[in-house]
Amino acid sequence: MSRKPGRLAALAVAALPLHSAWAAAAAAPAEPTLMAADTINSGDTAWMLTSTALVLLMAIPGLALFYGGMVRKKNVLATVMQTFAITCMVTLLWWLIGYSWAFTPGSPFLGNSSRAFFTGMTFIHGDPNRMSVSHLALTIPETVYAMFQLTFAAITPALIAGAFADRMKFSAMLIFMAAWSLLVYSPIAHMVWEPTGWLNKAGVLDYAGGTVVHINAGIAGLASCLVLGKRLGYGREAMAPHNLTLTLIGASLLWVGWFGFNAGSAGAADGRAGMAMLATQMATAAAAFAWMFAEWVSRGKPSVLGIASGAVAGLVAITPASGFVGPTPAVIIGLVAGVVCFIAATSLKRLLRYDDSLDAFGVHGIGGIVGALLTGVFASKEISGLDGSVLTQLEGVAVTVVYGFTASFVILKIIDKTIGLRVTEEQEREGLDISLHGESIE
Amino acid sequence: MKLITAIIKPFKLDDVRQAVADVGVQGVTVTEVRGFGRQRGHTEIYRGAEYVVEFVPKTKIEIAVADELVDQVIEALIRAAQTGKVGDGKIFVFDLAQVVRIRTGERDAGAI
Repeated sequence: MSRKPGRLAALAVAALPLHSAWAAAAAAPAEPTLMAADTINSGDTAWMLTSTALVLLMAIPGLALFYGGMVRKKNVLATVMQTFAITCMVTLLWWLIGYSWAFTPGSPFLGNSSRAFFTGMTFIHGDPNRMSVSHLALTIPETVYAMFQLTFAAITPALIAGAFADRMKFSAMLIFMAAWSLLVYSPIAHMVWEPTGWLNKAGVLDYAGGTVVHINAGIAGLASCLVLGKRLGYGREAMAPHNLTLTLIGASLLWVGWFGFNAGSAGAADGRAGMAMLATQMATAAAAFAWMFAEWVSRGKPSVLGIASGAVAGLVAITPASGFVGPTPAVIIGLVAGVVCFIAATSLKRLLRYDDSLDAFGVHGIGGIVGALLTGVFASKEISGLDGSVLTQLEGVAVTVVYGFTASFVILKIIDKTIGLRVTEEQEREGLDISLHGESIE
Repeated sequence: MKLITAIIKPFKLDDVRQAVADVGVQGVTVTEVRGFGRQRGHTEIYRGAEYVVEFVPKTKIEIAVADELVDQVIEALIRAAQTGKVGDGKIFVFDLAQVVRIRTGERDAGAI
């Protein structure tokens, strides 16, 4: 969720002439608060309900198909299973404590535990009706806000799975993702988005999750492919995607769902949401074409996988910027992200010799960094009321990269030393569909 | 009796079926196969990773014919499957020892 001092400040200013400081404090609670139902804006709520469903569509089936089409035929079911299972698991963890740790006030690093099991999140029938509202989105019920953020928390770890596709044990994957969701996602979300978080206080701009979601997932992906090692036969055997139609459908669903992700991060159905939607569309198209042309020029053919990958790179890069920039900077961000991610996924990966199977780091990590930094360059005070700073953005990037990489690396090493991370050589050769799930697509 | 096996370009299958039917062939068996000959494979590139596809997809057809039909069928095959480019395929002719129609138990000439 974006920092929205514009809206809060407006409320406070409107209240000041009447009741001075008390009214300002009442208009801008610092924690989830019970409020009368007439403070709820039905337009905002309708859009946020819709956005929530759209973001879930990104994960399942969008991301599942995007990744599923890119793996070999023997690993398709294991790949789509990862996204689906992560969605279920993070839903339960979000209820358990994840939401509370991310979106309640607390230390600069973590929220408190008052919303564990969604305690206190309520709707009370009566006259007037009352309901709890998050201090981060004052015009919609807290249930909607928590659900909206749940879908973000669910898709983020699922993105990581692209880096270690084809070789992690399902049990180890579940443990890694549970630990990662609580020990990495919730803290970073708190630091960046919750007003008591220190990166939020430092002024890091992240409209919809460039640092929290994409850099975070990308760097965890890099850690996981480094800890796991390369796929058997990597660089020698053919590992061509088995069905790029699925991948293109997945990329298209991601694109559609991303309007919920970015325009939904306005927390409202307003002009800024409209601008975020427009910027998202511009950047995506620009990045898709940038990747396609870069590939066409350097490798001779414009590929389906290339244009789909470019679109996702553009969506990633515009994510932190979407509520802060207009359409023209969005096109520039898209063009830069398309070319830089193309180089990362094709040349950088070979140069550094890591096996990021489906380029979770190359697209989400690198694209997220490009977007976060360019947000600092292009943030428009006219749109957001805030000035961007490249240095502050760099701070946000650096903290996420260092903390995300270190924490992921430690969690993975612990799992590796205890139950083991990787499937056996025989299971990997046979394919994870049969060896882990006892099923196959034919 | 002969068994004619032809390896052809997949998109030529319909033309070939029509051509051999026109000279009186009653039945054909078709299989999708892969292989290599003088036509080299091709390279596929996915996000910069190049994979050389060594085996080219081809279609194999098998036709059992009476001796007097062999030359006509071979000519029909050449006429229908030829593009003049490398990779048009090959025709192999084998002696056929016996043919049996399962439904009736008929043998040889009556079974073709």
